[in-house]
Amino acid sequence: MLVSLNWLKEYVDTDNISPEELAEKVTRSGIEVDNVEYVAENSSNVVVGYVESCEKHPNADKLNLCQVNVGDEILQIICGAPNVRQGQKVAVAKPGAVLPGNFKIKRAKLRGIESNGMICSLQELGFDEKHISKEYAEGIFVFPEDAPIGESVEPLLNSTDAILEFDLTPNRADCLSMLGVAYEVGALLDKPVNLPSEEVLVGEEKASDYISIKVEDEKLNPYYGAFVIKDVEIKPSPLWMKNYLLAAGIRPINNVVDITNYVLLEYGQPLHAFDYDRLDSKEIVVRTAKQDEKIVTLDDVERTLNPENLVITNGQEPIALAGVMGGANTEVTSYTKNILLEAAYFDSISVRKAVKATGLRSESSTRFEKGIDPNRVKRAGLRACHLLEKYAGGKVLEGVVEFDELDRSEKVVEINTTSINNRLGTDINTEEIAKILERLQFNFERNEDHFTVYAPTRRGDITIFEDMLEEVARIYGYDNLPFTLPTGTATAGGLTKRQLLRRSVKNYLESVGLSETRTYSLTSEGYIQKLVSNEVKGLNPEPISLAMPMSEEHKYLRLSVLPELLKTVSYNLARNQYSLGLYEIGTIFVTSEKVLTKQPDEQLRLSGVLTGKWLEHLWQMENKKVDFYLVKGIVEGLFEHLELPLTIIQAQLPDMHPGRTASLLLDGKEIGFMGQLHPGLEKEMDLKETYVFDINMEAVLEAHHHEPSYTQIPRYPSVTRDIAFVMDNDVHAGDVQAVITEVGAPLVKQVSVFDLYQGDNLPEGKKSVAYNLLYQDPEKTLVDEEVEKLYQEIIQAVNEKFNAYVRS
Amino acid sequence: MQEELKAIQQEALAKIQEVGNLKELQAIKVSYLGKKGSLTQVLRGMGKLSPEERPIVGEIANQVREAITNAIDEKNTTLENAALEEKLQAEAIDVTLPGRPAKVGGPHLLTKVIEEIEDLFIGMGFEVREGPEVETDYFNFEALNLPKNHPARDMQDSFYITNELLLRTHTSPVQARTMKEYKGEKGFKMICPGRVYRRDTDDATHSHQFTQIEGLYVDKDVKMSDLKGVLNLFAKKMFGEERNIRLRPSFFPFTEPSVEMDISCKVCNGEGCSVCKGTGWIEILGAGMVHPNVLEMGGYDPKVYSGFAFGMGPERIAMLKYGVNDIRQFYLNDSRFLKQFHQA
Repeated sequence: MLVSLNWLKEYVDTDNISPEELAEKVTRSGIEVDNVEYVAENSSNVVVGYVESCEKHPNADKLNLCQVNVGDEILQIICGAPNVRQGQKVAVAKPGAVLPGNFKIKRAKLRGIESNGMICSLQELGFDEKHISKEYAEGIFVFPEDAPIGESVEPLLNSTDAILEFDLTPNRADCLSMLGVAYEVGALLDKPVNLPSEEVLVGEEKASDYISIKVEDEKLNPYYGAFVIKDVEIKPSPLWMKNYLLAAGIRPINNVVDITNYVLLEYGQPLHAFDYDRLDSKEIVVRTAKQDEKIVTLDDVERTLNPENLVITNGQEPIALAGVMGGANTEVTSYTKNILLEAAYFDSISVRKAVKATGLRSESSTRFEKGIDPNRVKRAGLRACHLLEKYAGGKVLEGVVEFDELDRSEKVVEINTTSINNRLGTDINTEEIAKILERLQFNFERNEDHFTVYAPTRRGDITIFEDMLEEVARIYGYDNLPFTLPTGTATAGGLTKRQLLRRSVKNYLESVGLSETRTYSLTSEGYIQKLVSNEVKGLNPEPISLAMPMSEEHKYLRLSVLPELLKTVSYNLARNQYSLGLYEIGTIFVTSEKVLTKQPDEQLRLSGVLTGKWLEHLWQMENKKVDFYLVKGIVEGLFEHLELPLTIIQAQLPDMHPGRTASLLLDGKEIGFMGQLHPGLEKEMDLKETYVFDINMEAVLEAHHHEPSYTQIPRYPSVTRDIAFVMDNDVHAGDVQAVITEVGAPLVKQVSVFDLYQGDNLPEGKKSVAYNLLYQDPEKTLVDEEVEKLYQEIIQAVNEKFNAYVRS
Repeated sequence: MQEELKAIQQEALAKIQEVGNLKELQAIKVSYLGKKGSLTQVLRGMGKLSPEERPIVGEIANQVREAITNAIDEKNTTLENAALEEKLQAEAIDVTLPGRPAKVGGPHLLTKVIEEIEDLFIGMGFEVREGPEVETDYFNFEALNLPKNHPARDMQDSFYITNELLLRTHTSPVQARTMKEYKGEKGFKMICPGRVYRRDTDDATHSHQFTQIEGLYVDKDVKMSDLKGVLNLFAKKMFGEERNIRLRPSFFPFTEPSVEMDISCKVCNGEGCSVCKGTGWIEILGAGMVHPNVLEMGGYDPKVYSGFAFGMGPERIAMLKYGVNDIRQFYLNDSRFLKQFHQA
């Protein structure tokens, strides 16, 4: 809502406060004022002048030589504007005037002829384009005939006006009207509100002879009032009205349309003027539209309606879409003589539906949607009649023809000093509360410290105690509230086990060199099925798409964190960031329903991606590229950190390198995968050699139950032995290791691979894997015989199982 | 014989004095004290001495042996030290060459901010809760006093999946969920960080996905001044002791009264500058007293219980605190951006 301060002054006295101070006060009390703007920059010594004569300049085609009467003298001025004419009243900058931009007007000679001043356009007077009506967009401004010669142009042009831009929250629809703003400002400044005149001369003819009203649905249209005004003269509105409309962001059109808009802004009540003679009937019927009924609206668009739309009809066909826009067939034109003026109350939900269906949002519909004051509907009609009489020469017929089932009752809210103070933590006394209610101009009855408040209908947002609490608090001032701390139930607070564990996982990953990322949950069609883990696929997931996505890029709820993480990698590679170690703990959304009827399962995944060089130490020539085993080490380290038994087995997955991919098993159940991306996908996404891991965090968080307890540090020495086995190339080192561990238990505490050899000295198709075994008996010192016996058993078991033999 | 011993001592000590390395010293040791050494040879001749002479010569001989042994030991230590010194000199390195880098990762800036806020409120007795990102229309709107067709629903255009399910537009549904869980039976304090989604076109100040932290305190006799006190503590801990706060009336359907909290601008100290658009204040969060309808739908009797709630945007806080000027940075994950916030 754009609030012209000069306009506001018609209702409430703001003389003792600057626009900026007022803006601050309003902001601090509930309505944010986004901006304070002035209509024009300052100028001085610019007055209304009368062009007595206007002739072509003898020495220049495009210049005019004007004699301009500025009251105390006649100035000869040369003017280049194409629209200057004899008989106009214009804005004249006299010699000595200063225009915006510190432009000083001096006497000068133009093409040999003296010019004593300048006839100004509004642009030259520092008006912003939006405050200039179309007719004066090019050329000089022309005043109406009644403009007093010699007077300063400033008050006439409203050029010193300040415009406050109110950013209204949905509850403050009352301030979608100048009167509402006046009540608000009046309360803040403790000033009374002066209401505008609604007086009309009583006509001889009765409106009811011209029109009848029928409303079919009183819930959707509880009030419909029709005024008939005859013999209007369509012409431009008075300058002050045009100025105020422009200040409020509305283009002036003609007096009738302008008056309906003016009252809309003044009262917050939308009005509509029909050309009575084009109505083709003497009745108004308000009803819901028939299926596929058509109306051509004022913007000359044909709209197809449905029974959810409320229409105004002439008994036959629609002449307006209720509360949204009038029809072209009854539009007021320059030929209009007689007017039917509608002042009605339409149900907000019905108007909202019509707005949604047609996409038409207007100053009118906005007000109906947010709720109007039932007590102002008819009064707004009267106010418009008053103005039409005054500025359009209309004759207002006696009486308003109406349908009236409107509830105009005020909401009653009980408050008392104790309950207010208890909830605010304040110590406001009863007198202060009474004073605040008076400032708000709310009616109330007081009984000691108890108040029965009758919330005015303009403030539809006030219905319960808490609403009044807010009114009292905001006028009292939030700055005056004390600072206290909760004194109620003691609560321990803290993180849950799950949250603590998640932080611990994050700390581990970051300590081994990964950076946390945050990517989007929404992905594209091309990536929704990519890199989905086996266990998620096992749930038969159906892709979940948004009903109305904003872009193809962000259309589906992800089934894997990896695709968006990989896009991050592409982004970085394109910026010459080649070495990356990234991870994210993010949600995926799993459902097996084709059409979602309940919330999907939200699973937390831990996903990582590594590429480029992991270690780079230039002067010592050390370079460690990211490879499978680096990533495996990080993953294994994580499970060691969590003390969870992880098994990693060879696997094949779509979009993954067929020979460099592994499944991760926890207690025999698949919980994720790791490995190198398929080079095909790497190429598609502009990636280099890239490794990923993807882990079901839910499974990890659930499995974790480790509470560390002390184990005696062994007092007896341990013994180590090495064995190298020669085995077929396709035997997995891990499988051999598992057998050694199994057979060696419990004395063999630890088995680790320390060498892998393939090549010379070995038969074709064979490799040698060397293991280091650590023996430890917690009870006693080991004896050679025991160690040797177990050693032989291990060799035998490995030999039997894998046909592997000890390399000598 | 005594002269002979004295001569050996003299000669040996002189040699020891001159010797320059451990190897030669060892040779000297052998040549005097070894089995075939000259002192040993002399001592072997002791048998030929008279019983009277023997103890005298014997004592002298022991003195000589001791003197030589001591001298050798002393020299040995000196030479060893010198050798060590030489070795260490040779081992000297250029400490200014770069070290082998340790790989260090770190949290995302938003996580850092969120965890800082979590820890701050945990200290005030708040628990940390979470909720689903795909919400029902009921929990996202209706339970928060936003019935269907409520005008305030326009404020946040949402990503619907079906008529009843949508990506949550705020973390506020967790308010309703938490109240349901506590069954209206006891007071509690909670905060809830999480991802939220709105139909916004991504630009420098908008993101279709962002994070929020919701806070809720429900108990008997919660006052608005408690809200002001808690937010004041939060602001001072988060932005600095010298910061002040102010509350401005605002509107949220789920709180009444509703306020917005500003902090005094750090850049100009409240004087007004380009950062705070000349106002001296910067908007940080929205808050208010829980609307009685919300309490009631959550199973709490608004005649007995009251509460306050607040909601803030970690992106906004991070932008203000760390000077990030484009919200998209949080989701682009440019590694140069990520690394800037890895330090402790």
